[in-house]
Amino acid sequence: MSGTPAAKGVPLEEDAHTGASVPGAPGRGPAPEAAGAGDTGTTGTGPAAPVASGTGLRLSGVARVFGQVVAVSGVDLEVPLHSRLSIVGPSGCGKSTLLALICGLDEPNEGTIDVLGATTSAERLRRCAWMPQRDLLLPWRDVLGNAALALENQGVRRRTARQRVAHLVERFGLAGFEEQLPHQLSGGMRQRVSFLRTLVAGKEVLLLDEPFGALDSITRADLQEWLRTALDAEPRTTVLVTHDVEEALLIGERVVVMSARPGRIVAQFDVHLPHAGSRRELIRHPEFTELRDEILSLLEAVT
Amino acid sequence: MSTTVTRPEESAVTAPAKSGRTSAGIRRALPAAGILVVIALIWEAVSHWFGVPDYVLPSLDSIWSTGISDWSGTLATATWVTTEEVFLGFLLSIVIALVIAFALHSSRVVRNAVYPLLIGSQAVPIVVIAPVLAIIFGYTITPKLIVVTLICFFPIVVNTIDGLASVDPELLRVMRTLDGNRWATLRRVEAPAALPSMFSGMRIAATYAPIGAVFGEYAGSQNGLGYVMIQAIPQLQTALVFAAIFILTAEAILLFIAVSVLERIICPWAREGKR
Repeated sequence: MSGTPAAKGVPLEEDAHTGASVPGAPGRGPAPEAAGAGDTGTTGTGPAAPVASGTGLRLSGVARVFGQVVAVSGVDLEVPLHSRLSIVGPSGCGKSTLLALICGLDEPNEGTIDVLGATTSAERLRRCAWMPQRDLLLPWRDVLGNAALALENQGVRRRTARQRVAHLVERFGLAGFEEQLPHQLSGGMRQRVSFLRTLVAGKEVLLLDEPFGALDSITRADLQEWLRTALDAEPRTTVLVTHDVEEALLIGERVVVMSARPGRIVAQFDVHLPHAGSRRELIRHPEFTELRDEILSLLEAVT
Repeated sequence: MSTTVTRPEESAVTAPAKSGRTSAGIRRALPAAGILVVIALIWEAVSHWFGVPDYVLPSLDSIWSTGISDWSGTLATATWVTTEEVFLGFLLSIVIALVIAFALHSSRVVRNAVYPLLIGSQAVPIVVIAPVLAIIFGYTITPKLIVVTLICFFPIVVNTIDGLASVDPELLRVMRTLDGNRWATLRRVEAPAALPSMFSGMRIAATYAPIGAVFGEYAGSQNGLGYVMIQAIPQLQTALVFAAIFILTAEAILLFIAVSVLERIICPWAREGKR
């Protein structure tokens, strides 16, 4: 069964390489080949088109070891500019480690990470915004103050920073709550403030680590749809880590499946869903259900 | 969509907290008042009915009348002198403690170098050091301020350092991705996060401050509540001693309450979850 995912879900040739070869021999072998294919790859349909205008993220042969534990190993990934990648995998597969590596909070033991040309961790930090599962809002700052945090860090005066984020608040469904403190907000709203804070930093790359993992399912569904439209309206190079396959398919234009200990990429799928569809329509879309079942069974095999 | 959904929930959260705050405050103060009344009754019973002489345990009413009659003569000025020492010493200890706490937080080397010294400073017997300070500085306010500061700064330092270090490491990582350098992180995240524990340290210090002032006055002074006590004890004016003690107690409680009120004003968010 491990051979099927690549063949079915991946019309792009570069992914076909990685996807097909990795399950067979999960070693280093195909890595350079896949990277090469990415460079010359004939651009396929729709969302992958910006490849021509430059690669957003490129990871090659990335490994990270903590003491005796190999967190991730031999990871090759490519995310075209302004496209969205989802990473799914069982817990402990190094998804979060991978995000920390990409955004420059951590350095890999092996391999290179290129974020829009930046390879050192300090430069990567300047290009990446990272949003963890918990909202981690500052309890003493109101909604505007929390959202404006990055601007203040960048040297903008407090009042100016607040004014600059004020117009965004409405788009995030937070109008009327500008002066509320985090403890006065619902979980979904807090998460939206956290996302707003991440976006306001103005980074080219968004790294989302299970952003809705702590929310109830209704709020989560709501925010998934909202995030999808938000990213459609204002595309950013995005990597989403999740253990929710539906979420991965809804938000990602490509889905990467990882295995646990050591974390490796097992398969990649390209998602082609109608852009306009609502979440409920998409979930019932035949391609969606097919991909979901395929990824789920793959995850079962991997765990 | 969510705006309309969440609004009623939000108002439901804040509404009950505001109504009946005063009555809740009175209800919370009731047990303390009850215990005070019981202690006062026992005190009166012992001093009046069991024939305990006034110079051993004066009755509350004699303490009260002594306090009234000696107020304008000795107690008023003594209270003023001591209050000044307590207040200024307390402020000084806060300033010094915050400087030390931030210095210790910002550098591991400084922390390793200075922390043992700080702990050592708490082992210095104040009773012995106070007279030495009085010799050095004379009967001025300076030795009293030093003694008060020496006693008070430590709990503030320890609590503030703990508060500064209490920030969620993941939040510190988020700050790094939000272009926050060390100074920005200290100013916008760590310092505000440390405020509640800093206030905890200040509350402890507030109860020590009057003791420090009395220690300082015992070592050498010409006025103050400690001075009044030294004069009163050999003359067996025990009621006056107790009157001075009660004034000191009230001062400590008032200082404690003042710190708590200040905390509520400065960090209202901290009361959430502390209720």
